[in-house]
Formats: sequence, structure tokens, C-alpha cells
Amino acid sequence: MFRFIVRRLLQLIPTLFGLSVLLFIWLRRLPGGPETAILGERGTPETRAAIRRNLGLDEPILVQYARFLRRMIRLDLGTSTGTKRAVTTEFVERFPGTVELTVMALILAVGIGIPLGYLAARRRGRFLDHASVGGSLVGICIPVFFLAYVLKAIFAENLGWFPSSGRQDPTIGATRVTNFFVLDGIMTREWDAAADALWHLVLPGVALASIPLAIIVRITRASVLEVLNEDFVRTAEAKGLTERTVRRRHVLRNAMLPVATSIGLQAGLLLSGAVLTETVFAFSGIGAFVAESISQRDYPVLMGFIMIIAVVYVLVNLLVDLSYSVIDPRVRVR
Amino acid sequence: MTITGGKKREKIDRLAELSAREDEQGVSLWKEAFRRLRRNPAAIVGVVILAIFVLVAVIGPFLVPYSPTDSIGIREGLVKSGQGIIPGASADHWLGFDHQGRDEFSRLVVGARQTLLVGVVSTLIGLAVGALIGGVAGAAAGLGGRWGRWIDTTLMRFIDMLLAMPSLLLAVSIAALLGASLTTVMIAVGVVSVPIFARLLRGSMIAQANSDYVLAATSLGVKKSKIALTHVVPNSIAPVIVQATLTLATAIIEAAALSFLGLGNPDSAIPEWGVMLADAQPYLGIRPGLAIYPALGIIITALGFTLLGEAMREALDPKLRK
Amino acid sequence: MALLEVDDLSVTFARRGQRTVHAVDGVSFSVDTGEVVGLVGESGCGKSVTSLAIMGLLPKQPGLRVGGKAVFDGNDLLQLDDRSRRDIRGRDVAMIFQDPLSSLNPVIPIGLQVTEVLARHRGMKGEAAAKEAADLLDRVGIPDPRRRLKEYPHQLSGGMRQRALIAMAVACQPRLLIADEPTTALDVTIQAQILELLKDLVRDSGTALVMITHDLGVVAGMCDTINVLYAGRVVETATRRPLFRQPRHPYTEGLLGSVPRLDAGRGERLNPIPGSVRDLLPWPDGCAFAPRCARRVDACVGEPPELVLTHDARSYRCVNPVPVPGLTPEADARATAPTTTEPGAVPAQAEPADPPAVPGSGPAPREEETP
Repeated sequence: MFRFIVRRLLQLIPTLFGLSVLLFIWLRRLPGGPETAILGERGTPETRAAIRRNLGLDEPILVQYARFLRRMIRLDLGTSTGTKRAVTTEFVERFPGTVELTVMALILAVGIGIPLGYLAARRRGRFLDHASVGGSLVGICIPVFFLAYVLKAIFAENLGWFPSSGRQDPTIGATRVTNFFVLDGIMTREWDAAADALWHLVLPGVALASIPLAIIVRITRASVLEVLNEDFVRTAEAKGLTERTVRRRHVLRNAMLPVATSIGLQAGLLLSGAVLTETVFAFSGIGAFVAESISQRDYPVLMGFIMIIAVVYVLVNLLVDLSYSVIDPRVRVR
Repeated sequence: MTITGGKKREKIDRLAELSAREDEQGVSLWKEAFRRLRRNPAAIVGVVILAIFVLVAVIGPFLVPYSPTDSIGIREGLVKSGQGIIPGASADHWLGFDHQGRDEFSRLVVGARQTLLVGVVSTLIGLAVGALIGGVAGAAAGLGGRWGRWIDTTLMRFIDMLLAMPSLLLAVSIAALLGASLTTVMIAVGVVSVPIFARLLRGSMIAQANSDYVLAATSLGVKKSKIALTHVVPNSIAPVIVQATLTLATAIIEAAALSFLGLGNPDSAIPEWGVMLADAQPYLGIRPGLAIYPALGIIITALGFTLLGEAMREALDPKLRK
Repeated sequence: MALLEVDDLSVTFARRGQRTVHAVDGVSFSVDTGEVVGLVGESGCGKSVTSLAIMGLLPKQPGLRVGGKAVFDGNDLLQLDDRSRRDIRGRDVAMIFQDPLSSLNPVIPIGLQVTEVLARHRGMKGEAAAKEAADLLDRVGIPDPRRRLKEYPHQLSGGMRQRALIAMAVACQPRLLIADEPTTALDVTIQAQILELLKDLVRDSGTALVMITHDLGVVAGMCDTINVLYAGRVVETATRRPLFRQPRHPYTEGLLGSVPRLDAGRGERLNPIPGSVRDLLPWPDGCAFAPRCARRVDACVGEPPELVLTHDARSYRCVNPVPVPGLTPEADARATAPTTTEPGAVPAQAEPADPPAVPGSGPAPREEETP
């Protein structure tokens, strides 16, 4: 198991290396070149020249690449042109919010998607089946940011059930420990702060969960339908096991294999979705920051975000592979 | 071949029979799929939606009552977006005006054409590049040898890296390189679907190449190029068509997301649903319709492509065939 | 009284816009305590569907209809509610399936798959269940059972998997075991071992066994009574020796003629039955086998052949049966029963040519059926 993890982490190196080459080229090809990436589009010709010299842009390209790589390894992603602070600092501050949001969305998507997909498969051809299949088809087709706006307009602005923006009501004056607001509230026993932070997560969480939910419902349904036709389910029934045991031990356990894979693939989708959802709900996570950086052409931030996503993606897939080996003994982890 | 004459002939006869039977099935596969497609109500709904959409996109712009770029509302003093005055539906202007005083209905109809254009062109870009990469990788893997495997592995590593990137970020990076424009949107959205097509074509080519009927054809002495053209390509194409249909839906949605992030066509004179939706954001409180109409257009069109694509996938799935 | 009495069992699949399929079309047979009964026929004759219908394991789908009766120990299995059926399955009636690999859950260890039956029906838990499971595996001839309990199906060989499935089936010492082609997916040498194992288990425990197979060799080696099925109906019932010596139904004769024999002369050809199961006549229009039958006469078509009972405790459904040397067809048939009647209303002087292996077996007289 340990060797497997180490090997997978080692496999990460060529991917990151390839990515760094792409990023390096990307950064050099940006309109205005790397000095724009650092200065933004405001720099005067003098400062530009100074930066070019500082960056060593007159040196051979391989030297430049080595320099670039060294910065990457030291996690020095440069300075945000928008906030004038180190990109790494910005990310560390904003990451917890996005993590909370994506976890909320994943909980919603998995918690609703798997039971719904299972029920749809069991009631194949009946109303619930048609409704959930139809609903998931429509769900995939709704642009996330539009759904976010609709939810916000109805449940926050019209009905007033949920807050319309932010991560927490600032008047609560919650204590900050980890910047995971829900976690902070629980750790400091400021229950109202934790509840409020959780409450702020509901609407953006639902919007963000919409597409993963639709995908999980469909995959669970298809997978359960396939497993229900398997001989071993018939064997389990022939043993006279209770419906509950058949469902849990024999049907769901096998049906979860493709679902686990798809959840791994959702990681990237969730981060993209966070960019849109956080913007609509003015939720101060990485997503909203990146969306702002896009419109301000804040390239160091974008580059850092791409790196982070690559790492998150690989780590999540590692987790999925590990969980796979727990669910399926046929997959040997070495 | 070390088998003696009689046995060899016998074996070839058997394989030829097998190959012929496969071909027969190949033909009836399409027929059967089409028959099942016609019986599927979801497919019918999808086709009807798409027919209307395409019809509107093609002939609609010739029939609209007003120019989509003419700010009639402002000229006539009906629209003052600054003061929050944007009139809604009236007898003359069926869906009212947009924030620049242009006729919303005309923009919506003309926007259908732009939306279709973005969807189709970006899908074609993804399909062409993806099919090229996947086809080369699949062929290299099929030829085998050290070089073949090396080419295949390298290409697929690259594809996996693209796949690892969230589509939106990939599109953003490309848009950052090329600047915001309609072409950028099409290229960015197209590149996002490259890895899917590449993997799909390669996977299905390798599966076909390993199948019994290709073995049969090879053992009969049919040329490799002929096998590829007559067997492998036609049989690999079905999943690609299905995927293209599904990709059209995501392309339209993704283009809208790019517009929302300010990377869409900056020239909002030419109406496109994604841009219209993005432009309507500041006026949601005053005239939510400005967002709802194009959004519904996007959702319904995407649904049409999705329904048709899913129905095609079901119709072609041998596991579901009775 | 018979342990299992299947009476006029029918299974139909009706699908919208398509012809209704009669998978099982009035099957009747009975199984006595400790008896080994064979259901024999080509694929598609309805033998597997029969067993699944008895177990209540047919996949639930719209258009599925099960008719008739399957009385086990006084209860009609087809009328039971889901709960009581689950109580009986695995405890009183157990089943072994054809493909041992796909019939075992790939993601949970063998041990749990055995102990879950023990937990469900015998209330055993923890170490006691594990010990019993190991004993069971040992009894079905799996070496090193303690270690095997922790292994997964993919780690076992084909024969071992089938043994494990058998262990699960006999875990509660059921009174009736249904084996659906238990050896078809296995190598020939393993087949013999598994059949031997089943024979031993049946002999030691007194469990009745219904053996479903297309393989006449399996039948010849194991079964006391044999029912030959064609197109969803029993066409001939007989004890083992008479059936093999003097098949009366042309289909049975055809099946026997298609088996390669070691003692056949050189150059002697097999006699396959022409055509396939698909070329059949619907039973109401006459004998379903008529289109393929070499002994077809005009009377075969028009109405279904009635069940003919003979003096030697056998029955067949044919108007022009294969003659027995020394007997005229008229003297042969002592009684002609209505089609729905079970074999069994045999005159008292019936003299079975070959006594069943287990005393008291053989088709039970109908009078005794109702308590």
C-alpha cells in the first residue's frame, strides 16, 4: 500500500514537469510577455525593461526555464498584480473556503445521488425512475452560474431563507483558527458561528452540486441496473437473505465501483464550478478570486491555480484508486 | 503458417464465414440502432427540439422584425438602463428591449445562429484535433513495435494531462493567450473536448483491431489499409458520432460560462445567447427576462443535443439490445 | 406424499407489441424425499425457468406471469409472500447455479458468503459461524478451509468455486436442493468430482436433489427419475434404466441417439435430431416436436398429444411412440389420462422394470397428495 502511494506520487513528477513546460511557454506567449504577467498591463516602458533585466529575459532560454522551475519548487508563484500580495499567501487564505464549499457540494451530490440512483434502478420504468433520469438530463444542461443566480434570487432575495452572499455574517465576530469557518466554530464552541457558516454554504453548495449530482444519479442507476442482473445477486436471493442484506452487501457494494471512479473525475469539475458559483454568491474562496483574476488578467494567480488544480486532481485520483482497492479485492495495490 | 493445405483452407473458410457474418451484423447494427432510435420518445423530443433550433438559426435571421444591433429603444427614449428603465413585452416588441434598447426577440432569434455556430465549430475543432491525435495513437499502438508504442504513450500522456485540467481553466488559459473574441471561445471550447475524442477513437480502434473479424480478415490476406478503411474505421465511428452530439450540448454551455467570465465575444453587437446571458447580469433585478430567455434557449438546446446523444448511445449499446 | 409437487406450472413473458413467450407451458413433476430427479432437455426448453419459478427468483418484470402450483411440504411456493419465501429459500430449498465465478460476489470474501447463510437461517455469529463455515468447506472438499474463508472468489479455481457454492447451498441442510447445470462451466475431470460430491451429499443427508441438465451422461450417473422436457412441457417421465433402455418418446430417443458412444462401430454415424428448438409448433396446435420428428403422423398435428401412462410407472406425451420390442402399441398403453393429470395414477400391478435407488421414491399416487 505504502509503496503504491509512493509510486503514484513519483508518477506525479513527469506530469508536473510537463505541465511546467506548458506553463512556461504559456507565460512567455502571453500578450505582453512575462513582464505583463508581473506588472499587469500598467507598467511603463522603463519598469518593463527593468523587470526584463531582473527576470533575466536576456539570458538563454534554458537558464530561464531552470530559474522558473526553481521558483515553482519553492512554491514561489509570484505576486498577484491585483492584490500586490504573494499568490501563495492569497491561496492559503482562500483555500479553506473553497474546500468547505466543494465538500458541501460533494456531500449533497453523493448523499442524494447514490440513494436516488439506486431507487430509480429498483423502480425501473416507473415514475421515480423517469423523473430522476429526466431531472438529471436537465440538470446537466443548466449553466451552473445561471442556476446559482436563480437559487439566489428565489431563496435568498425573495424568500429570505438563506443569506445571499459571503461565508459568514461578520457581525457574529467569530474567532478565526484555521479559516475553515465551520470547523473554527466547532473548535471554539461558537455554535452560532458554525451554524451560520454552514447556512452560508447551502445555496452555493446546491448550485455547485447540481452537475455532479446529475452525473452520480445516472451512473449509480446504470451501475445498479447492471449489478441487479448479475448471477451473484440471484445467488444471494437464493440464500434467502433479507432484502436489506442483498441490497447493501451484494448490490450496492458492487455498484459503487464505477461511481467511485466518477467521483474522482468530479474533482476538476467542482473546482471549475467553484469559480462560477463563488462569483455569484460573493463567496471569498479561490474560485471567486480566480474569476476576478481572469477579468483583471492577473496571470500569476491563474498560473498558480492551474498548478494547484493539477496537484489536487492527481491526489484525488490517488485517493480514488486507494478506495477502489478497498472496495474491490480484484484490484491489487502494489 | 505451418498448417497443411486442406486444414488451412478449412480454417480460412471458417474465418471468412465469421468475417462475413460480422459484416452482415455491421449493416444490421445501424439499421437496428435506427429502428430503436425511432421508438425512443426521448430521441423524438430531442430531434424535434433540434429541428426547431436549426430552423430558427438558419432562416430566423431573415424574418426578424427588427435589426438585432439597432438601439431603437434608446433612440425612441423608451429605454434608460442607467435609471433602471427597460420596458418589457409589448405588442411591437414581443419580448421587450435589452439594456441597450435593442429588440430582445430579434436578438434571441439571431442569437440562435451564433450559438449554433459556436457549438458546431468548436465541436468540429475538438473532433478534428482529437480524432487526429487519437487516430495516430491508435494506429501507432496497432502497428506496435518500439516506436509505435512510444508514440502512443507520449500522445496519450499529453492527452491525460489535458484531461486532468478542468475544462474551464483550459479554456481560460487559451482565452488569455488569444484575447477575448468569438474565435477564441470556439478554439478554447474545442480544445476542451480534444482529449475525450482522442481517447474514444484510440480506445475503439484498439478494441476493433483486437477483434476476431479483423483477425479473420488479416488471415485472409486483406491489406492492412483496406481493413482499416472497411472494418475498423466504420465500426469506430459510431461512438464518435454519439460523443459529438453530447459534446455539442456541453460546448454551448461552456461557451456561455466563458462569456460569463468576460472571455466571450467582447463585441456584444452580434447577439449570442451566452453573451446575452452574461450581459443581462446587472439588470437581473429590473428585467430578469433578459437573462431567462437566453438561458432557456441554452438549456433547451443543450437538452435537445443531450437527449438525442443519450438515445443514440442507448440504441448502439449492444448490452441493451434484445 | 411427495416433498415437492409441481403441477401444471406455466411461465409466460408478455411483451408489448411482441408475441407472448410461453417459456414453461404446463410442467408437472414430483420429487420425493431423498430422491434424485433429473430435468433434461436442450437449452431453451424451459428447465432453468422452471427451477427459477419454483424458487421465486425470476427477474421481476412487467408481463411476467407464473401459473400452476409448486407445493413444497404442504405450502404452495408460488403463493407465498416475499417474507416467507425468503425464510424457505436457503433453509429448506437451496439452489446451485451454473457459472460458479459469476454466481459468487467478487468483492466479499468466501467466508462471509458462507456465514451470511448461517447467520440468516441458523442465527450463528462470530467464531461459531466461522467454525461451521470452515467445517462446511471441509465437507465439500476444499483443503485448508480456514485460509480459504478469507479469500475472494477470483483467488479460487473453478472447481473450488463450485464447491464453495455447494457449501453455501447445503449450509442449512435443506430438504431440497436444485442444481441448475452445476457442471456445465467446468472441465470434464472437475465435472466428475463435483457430481461425485453431490451424490455423496445427497446420500449422507437424505436431501432430495433436482438435477437440471442437458447432459444425459450426468443423468445416467445420478438420477432416480428423469423428466424429459421439450418446449416447456414434460414429454416423458421414467425411472433411469427404462428410459435409457427403451425410450418411448421420439424426442428422448433422438436425445439418446445424439450422444457419441465409445462402443459404436467405426464409421457409425451419430443421429442428431434435425432442426432446432426454434422450429416448434405451439402446444395447442399439436405436438411441439412434430416439425422435427421422424415418427410424425397426421394425428400429431391438430391437438396436443395426451399424456400416456404405461404399466411400468412411466408416462409420455406422444401419439406414435417408439415401440417396445415384443409389445404391440395397443397393449402398451393401459390408460390414457387427460393431459393435465400427473403421472402416477398407475394400476397397482405396475411392475417397475428398475426399482428406484431410494426406497419409497418414484411418482407418488395422486390420491395421497391431499392430506
